[in-house]
Amino acid sequence: MYSYSDFDSAFVRARTAEFRDQVARRLDGSLTEDEFKPLRLMNGLYLQLHAYMLRVAIPYGTLRGAQMRKLAEIADRWDKGYGHFTTRQNIQFNWPKLCDVPDILDALADVQMHAIQTSGNCIRNVTADHFAGAVADEVEDPRITAELIRQWSTDHPEFAYLPRKFKIAVTGTEQDRAVIRFHDIGLRLRRRDGQIGYQVVIGGGLGRSPMIGKVVRDFLPKPELLPYLEAILRTYNLSGRRDNKYKARIKILVHETGLAALKAKIEQNFATQKRLLPDVSPQLVARIEQGFAPPDFDTRPLVSHRPGPGLRAFIDTNTTPHKRDDHVIVTVSLKPIGGTPGDATSDQMRALADLAQAYGYDELRISHEQNVILPHVHRNDLPAVYAGLRDAGLATANVGLVSDIIACPGMDYCALATARSIPVAQEISRAFAEIDAQHDIGPLKIKISGCINACGHHHVGHIGILGLDKAGVENYQLTLGGDGTQEATIGTRTGPGFAYDQIVPAVTRLIHAYLRLRTAPDETFLQTYRRVGIAPFKTALYEAENAAAA
Amino acid sequence: MPRAFVPKVATSNHLRDGDVIYFARPGWTRDLARASVAMTEEAAKELLREASQFPLETVGVVLIDVDMSSGAPAPTHFRELFRTRGPSNYFHGKQAENVQL
Repeated sequence: MYSYSDFDSAFVRARTAEFRDQVARRLDGSLTEDEFKPLRLMNGLYLQLHAYMLRVAIPYGTLRGAQMRKLAEIADRWDKGYGHFTTRQNIQFNWPKLCDVPDILDALADVQMHAIQTSGNCIRNVTADHFAGAVADEVEDPRITAELIRQWSTDHPEFAYLPRKFKIAVTGTEQDRAVIRFHDIGLRLRRRDGQIGYQVVIGGGLGRSPMIGKVVRDFLPKPELLPYLEAILRTYNLSGRRDNKYKARIKILVHETGLAALKAKIEQNFATQKRLLPDVSPQLVARIEQGFAPPDFDTRPLVSHRPGPGLRAFIDTNTTPHKRDDHVIVTVSLKPIGGTPGDATSDQMRALADLAQAYGYDELRISHEQNVILPHVHRNDLPAVYAGLRDAGLATANVGLVSDIIACPGMDYCALATARSIPVAQEISRAFAEIDAQHDIGPLKIKISGCINACGHHHVGHIGILGLDKAGVENYQLTLGGDGTQEATIGTRTGPGFAYDQIVPAVTRLIHAYLRLRTAPDETFLQTYRRVGIAPFKTALYEAENAAAA
Repeated sequence: MPRAFVPKVATSNHLRDGDVIYFARPGWTRDLARASVAMTEEAAKELLREASQFPLETVGVVLIDVDMSSGAPAPTHFRELFRTRGPSNYFHGKQAENVQL
């Protein structure tokens, strides 16, 4: 895994010392809140509904055991014993005190972590396929590109005050697990004529104006990446709207300017950038590549074992084929029945660190679906890994099923939320708690957001749920057919929303309708929806109201 | 027809720990029931002015509507109800800590 250079370490320590001074000046009154707020946001510190919240960057979602253990220590020492893994592969602590935050940042720096650029109108934490380096069909590990972008974008003086926040995602495979079509910039590694490069997508996004990103370059040679990104960002920085925060993302610029006209500007800028910005040095790239070299894989011969029903279900649901036949990718669900999606206690974090160090080459990933990945596990170690997860309450066999729900913090924590999302997820998972029933329903992605900002990615849920404040009452809109993969689709709204106590019954009606409509058990919810359209689902949703109105 | 005035209290978050706090002359409380209540538009303006004089204790001061039908201020909106109780996903936060300022 990539390790900080001396420059990285010194930079992070200097930022922490600077923030310690800024906090002291806020507490003694030397800084007003108006002066302090942008400074704390640049260091990932928000003020939420009940407390401060510190968002810690997990670059491309990759962690070592020692880093996870440090997160557990922070949760115990300065928070309430848990952390919340987010849809940007980060972790949020919901209860830090302002005066403790500099100490937390120092503790993070001890393990090469920080909270820089996890907020503000800058280039945010770069995300990547959470199976990077472990799947067979990869052109190249996308984290090499993500790390290069991290180094380029951290504290980039020109892009610290963009019109709005800016999110980049990278995938190394045709199968898109990084949701690249819904990012400000999405990069897909490609090989063409023996050369590695990128398909570059711009202007995707969710939020109040969901848009699917458009291809601005079908193939960009790899050495030209940074000048091209610089050209996109400069074009956006100069031309993006600053008069209305709701129209300030690059997706609006693409929409209002038109792809062809914007591309012309970008290419013009690129021609200049290419001259000014030298190609990335091969030594730097080699150092980064070395940081993501595959582990020294264990080559023990496979031992046959007869798994019990618990392990069998876990293997069937929570493992994915690895590029090596003798290994698997293990996805650890942070979605226990009735639990808060994405939350892990400090004990669970330590258990994950232990398992990663004992059986996973000391590597963990956080997925944007709020789960934890052990990317390389020898098949012989599956019983031990399962036992360790079970002892830690982490062996829920529901990955990709109805209870594996993405949910933003919603109004239980977030100051921007217009309704709760976590309790809705909890109730849905309880309603479908029986694992056999979940397997019968099959692959289904439910995603819940507590406001129009769409942190819960509801637009790309097979079933999307958006919580709103309707005349002082929580109300939930449903969308169907969304898809965040390479088949990028924005969900279609079903119609009128549902009250808090009606949304879970409504989702239940949708799922029962699917079970009636599917042609065979292996036709998924999304396939059925695409075959029959929204009409029969609307009928199922609203038939009671329609009957009452008739 | 002008809208009838709804009683108001001033609320903020505590600078050091971010806790939800309410202005209760001459200082602040974490208990909404003890908050000072403005019963007229003029009194609300004065309440906001007074509550805004604590930059070393507060982060952002706003007025919120309250229901006085029980004799003590109570939230009228679910957001403010959650601010008095803490997260509803499981028992922690304010439910678990009934601390006073």
